[in-house]
Amino acid sequence: MRSTWQRRLSLTIAGWAVGLGMFFPILWMFLTSFKTEITAVATPPALFFRPTLENYAAVLERADYVAFARNSIVVSLGSTLLALALAIPAAYSMAFFPTRRTRDILLWMLSTKMLPAVGVLVPIYLLWRDFHLLDTVFGLILIDSASVLPIVVWMLFSFFREVPAVILEASRMDGASPWEELVHVLLPLCTPGIAATALLSIILCWNEAFWSLNLTTVKAATLANFTASFSSPEGLFWAKLSAASTLSIAPILVFGWLSQRQLVRGLSFGAVK
Amino acid sequence: MKGINITKSHRRFHAAPLLAPSVAFLLLWMVVPLAMTLWFSGERYNLLVPGKSAFTGWENYRSLLTHRALWLAMGNTLFLLVLVLLITLVGGTFFSILLDQDFPGRNICRLLVIAPFFIMPTVSALIWKNMLMNPVFGLFAWITHSCGLGTIEFFSHVPLLSIALIVGWEWTPFAVLILLPALQSLNPEMKEAARLDGAGPVELFYHIELPHLLRPMSIVAMMEMIFFLSLFAEIYVTTGGGPGLASTNLAYLIFRDALLGWDVGRASAGGVLAIILANIVALFFMRAVGHNLEDWD
Repeated sequence: MRSTWQRRLSLTIAGWAVGLGMFFPILWMFLTSFKTEITAVATPPALFFRPTLENYAAVLERADYVAFARNSIVVSLGSTLLALALAIPAAYSMAFFPTRRTRDILLWMLSTKMLPAVGVLVPIYLLWRDFHLLDTVFGLILIDSASVLPIVVWMLFSFFREVPAVILEASRMDGASPWEELVHVLLPLCTPGIAATALLSIILCWNEAFWSLNLTTVKAATLANFTASFSSPEGLFWAKLSAASTLSIAPILVFGWLSQRQLVRGLSFGAVK
Repeated sequence: MKGINITKSHRRFHAAPLLAPSVAFLLLWMVVPLAMTLWFSGERYNLLVPGKSAFTGWENYRSLLTHRALWLAMGNTLFLLVLVLLITLVGGTFFSILLDQDFPGRNICRLLVIAPFFIMPTVSALIWKNMLMNPVFGLFAWITHSCGLGTIEFFSHVPLLSIALIVGWEWTPFAVLILLPALQSLNPEMKEAARLDGAGPVELFYHIELPHLLRPMSIVAMMEMIFFLSLFAEIYVTTGGGPGLASTNLAYLIFRDALLGWDVGRASAGGVLAIILANIVALFFMRAVGHNLEDWD
């Protein structure tokens, strides 16, 4: 009896140590955002202090947070929708009508992700300039959806493959067209998988910084640009940087936490049998 | 794909048009810039010298390949890839086993552990660089100082390790997100049977849990490899590739050539080499763990 009690206690301590340890950098940033710039760099680090909102006021005054946040939302949702619209039919056809080339196509799609973004930065920049896509939300959506598309196809493919073919066959016997089969049979069956895929895609697009820093300036700038504009060390800046960072990550962190059940259940890539 | 008995013509009938948009989109996204990159890589093309582009053949490649920077950057890229993969796989496995146990507050702990995955790479790098690893005001400096140890100059003495630590912190949650449900899907009766046979926690791990985790682990490794081969934001924010070239990886080297040196030709040649390296690594990887991924034949 005593040994199970001890075991439980040490497990609890270890579990919480790991949880708090991993979360600590975020917590520390959150606390710092409520300090004055002087207390932010105090040694020994101040754990107890009188919280202030002055950093948030300063950050919101300097930049139009709402505009950046709106762009981030539109870009991550738009890219995810576009990627899903392209990927669902592709994954469906590969999962249920495989040919000899299916495997090669999947691997090829994944290999496009191996292309380091900087390797094609110059051509993309020149193309985007010529097609007037620089600093447009649409231009960024195109880029982001292309860069998540392989992962989206791959995840959907692994979910679709878990659906027993018999179910689709039955609906085909009843005279359903492939389109009806996809919309009325497959999609409802795979809702958790599709949700997990969409969640991962939204998170990746939200946090994408390379392209938004290089291809947007003002009109289509996302929260990545917003944070970057506070990252240059000009005098005392940690508290303001923390406030800006908190504002940029809070929406996606809350979103991620709320949807973590779907994410944990769905992120298996078909690995859990 | 047993169980589907449809005629071949039926199969051809809808497979192609459904697949085509994705393939076309990716082809456009990949082939057009890739062709342009290949073209530029054969030219002397510097944005600071307008109108002076000329075909030079292998010149850009020769200048890159004979320069020590490229080999250093390749080494750094592979070093980071292997080190961060190790950190995330070992850490992710350990955390998953811990979170799979029953203790009060495990659901909250799971939320805390996965949180870093949702944070923008630029933001995490900034937090670590300024508030934790800063040699003067950082929390780590204060801790080592209070313990009577000297200050660790993270980014000037161990830049690659510091970057690996940050990236490992960001991506360990991803491993947990995949490994934890895999562990939970393990049949509890199997564990119970092993325990009755006298297996301790270590035997349980080696003979039951680890084999079960191999496939999800290869999936974690494959997904992470894609991102780790072109790490950029973390290096850009923390060390800027320095000191010297100590933390410059291929992605950062190309960035330096392209955006800081305006040398499109050389940067493009670097891009082509980076793609070749990525494909070599991918090939090795597929050989090593491919059998864990392939079950669709």
